[in-house]
Amino acid sequence: MTGFAAATRLVAEREIGVLVRTKGFWIGYAVTIIGLFAITVLPAVLDSGPPKVAAVGSDVATSLAGKDLDVRTVGDLATAQDLVRKEEVQAAIVRDPSPTGVRVIALYDPPRDVVTRLATAPPVDLLEAAAVSTGERQLVITVFALVFVLFAMGGAAIAQSTVTEKQTRIVEILVSTIPVRALLAGKIAAHTLLTLGQVVVLALVTPIAMRLGGQAQLLAVVQPALGWFIPFVVLGFVLLAGIWAVTGSLVSRQEDLGSSMGVVMILVMGPYILVQAFFDNAAALAVMSYVPFSAPVAMPVRMFAGQAHVWEALLSLGVLAGSVVVIVLLASRVYSGALLQTRGKVKLAKAWAHAD
Amino acid sequence: MLKVSSISRTFGDRWVLDNVSFDVRPGRMTGFLGANGAGKTTTMRIILGVLAAHGGTVTWNGSEDLPSFGYMPEERGLYPKMKVAEQITWLGRLHGLDRGRAKSNTDELLEQLELTERAGDRLETLSLGNQQRVQIAAALVHDPEVLVLDEPFSGLDPIAVETVLDVLRKRAANGAPVLFSSHQLGLVERLCDDVVIISRGVITASGSRDELRRNFGTPRFELVVGSDAGWLRDDPGVAVVDLDGPRAVFELRDGHSDQRVLQAAMARGEVRSFTPLVPTLGEIFKEAV
Repeated sequence: MTGFAAATRLVAEREIGVLVRTKGFWIGYAVTIIGLFAITVLPAVLDSGPPKVAAVGSDVATSLAGKDLDVRTVGDLATAQDLVRKEEVQAAIVRDPSPTGVRVIALYDPPRDVVTRLATAPPVDLLEAAAVSTGERQLVITVFALVFVLFAMGGAAIAQSTVTEKQTRIVEILVSTIPVRALLAGKIAAHTLLTLGQVVVLALVTPIAMRLGGQAQLLAVVQPALGWFIPFVVLGFVLLAGIWAVTGSLVSRQEDLGSSMGVVMILVMGPYILVQAFFDNAAALAVMSYVPFSAPVAMPVRMFAGQAHVWEALLSLGVLAGSVVVIVLLASRVYSGALLQTRGKVKLAKAWAHAD
Repeated sequence: MLKVSSISRTFGDRWVLDNVSFDVRPGRMTGFLGANGAGKTTTMRIILGVLAAHGGTVTWNGSEDLPSFGYMPEERGLYPKMKVAEQITWLGRLHGLDRGRAKSNTDELLEQLELTERAGDRLETLSLGNQQRVQIAAALVHDPEVLVLDEPFSGLDPIAVETVLDVLRKRAANGAPVLFSSHQLGLVERLCDDVVIISRGVITASGSRDELRRNFGTPRFELVVGSDAGWLRDDPGVAVVDLDGPRAVFELRDGHSDQRVLQAAMARGEVRSFTPLVPTLGEIFKEAV
């Protein structure tokens, strides 16, 4: 007989071996990384600098000095209009008797970025300046939530591997060889390790991507939150992994997996939607940052927004770790009760009661 | 010796096994016979510890510490996407072998089962018969002390049956008790040293094959004489089962002696043969079930 630890290690070894040889695993991960680069680098690449305008007459050109515009001086209105029609410039600017002194000539729509650059804004003093704009905040929150959902959905591989074992009946050989809990522990350990690896790589790549995208300033704010994100994602993953395993153990065929996935899908998608919806509501976010299922997204977001202290993050992490222990223990009971029932769908209560 | 003592088991309020007891002796092939749903698989799962008994014990050489089992479940299954040799080696390690030993055992078994060429193929690419052989390898890779095989021959072609049989006989000859269930009576008859028959959760017969043959069924005799054997019908001590010209199969009524029938036949003329008939396992099975 193999001991618990050795059995767990062997199960984990096999799971990892199988998963890293799956094309889908690498494709999914590559898409995540490419997506990360896309949202950080692309805006900088696509940003073509200040809007181009044609100034009619050198006095107009002089009046535009100091504005964030790429000014090209032309001699007459016809040439300027021609440039606008050829879309070589966004707008032409001519002298005008109106109080603003200039008139803007554009092709289809009023060129908003040119107009705002021409306007004179009053000076603004912020009493408590936010380090990041609302837009940037929303973007970062979306990315955190999305990454967590991607990894959480990756837990589906645990459910699939469990169903495969049930469907092929190898589960009988496994259960007669090693403790059921070692089987569960091995699966959770394997997929958690893989997730940890992926998250760490992602966390290392993100600063690179952000620097490439010229977002060093935002990076300085994101980085600490990124550090918090890793333990939260990993613990959040273990929490869901136990539930994924139960999801798999309740059915006997891959085709039926969809029917038992409802609960775990709500637990994965619910926090994602809620955090996005309430990212501006500090009180709601505070509550969510302590609820184990939403904490992995909500707490790093609060850290990022400067809404939470370090002790809050540690406390939330503690709550999360505690619930991981409870959920995994509950899951292992249901899992071992359902594992050998290879006919149809197993009722949760029946699996719990070990009514084999 | 693996001893199953008074095992009972219910599913809900239905008794599936009731006071089941039998022995699986070392070095012997024990056939486990029973109709579908008689309780064979449940008994095997309890022996393996996969399922709990509701009363009774399973002991190995007098101790409740069970031996290492080589198990082949009735509904076969291995990882379809894993390579054959890799899979067997992994199972060997799961049973506690170190990597080197697991690998050498795997190679040896695949060779014996004529699967060496397919060692690097994924299981799902093999024919069903070959998958079955891999399943045998999976049950044997860790040199188990006891083999428990649920319907090991179903789905095998005759050549594969011989190959597998060879491997199993070797294990038995090396002293491992082998318990296997089957509904192919002819095969069991040819293979088994011992037979256990279960019917609706109750053991109805168990013992060595020859013992069962002696004890089961009313003794029958076959008599072949030179001329017509019709006169046997008039003998009050004889019940004729079958009569075909000079050949008759009969049973004896209470107290009648087979020698008296033989003397009577010789007094009437030539006797070509006079044989006690041994009941086949099929007949014993029908009677026991």
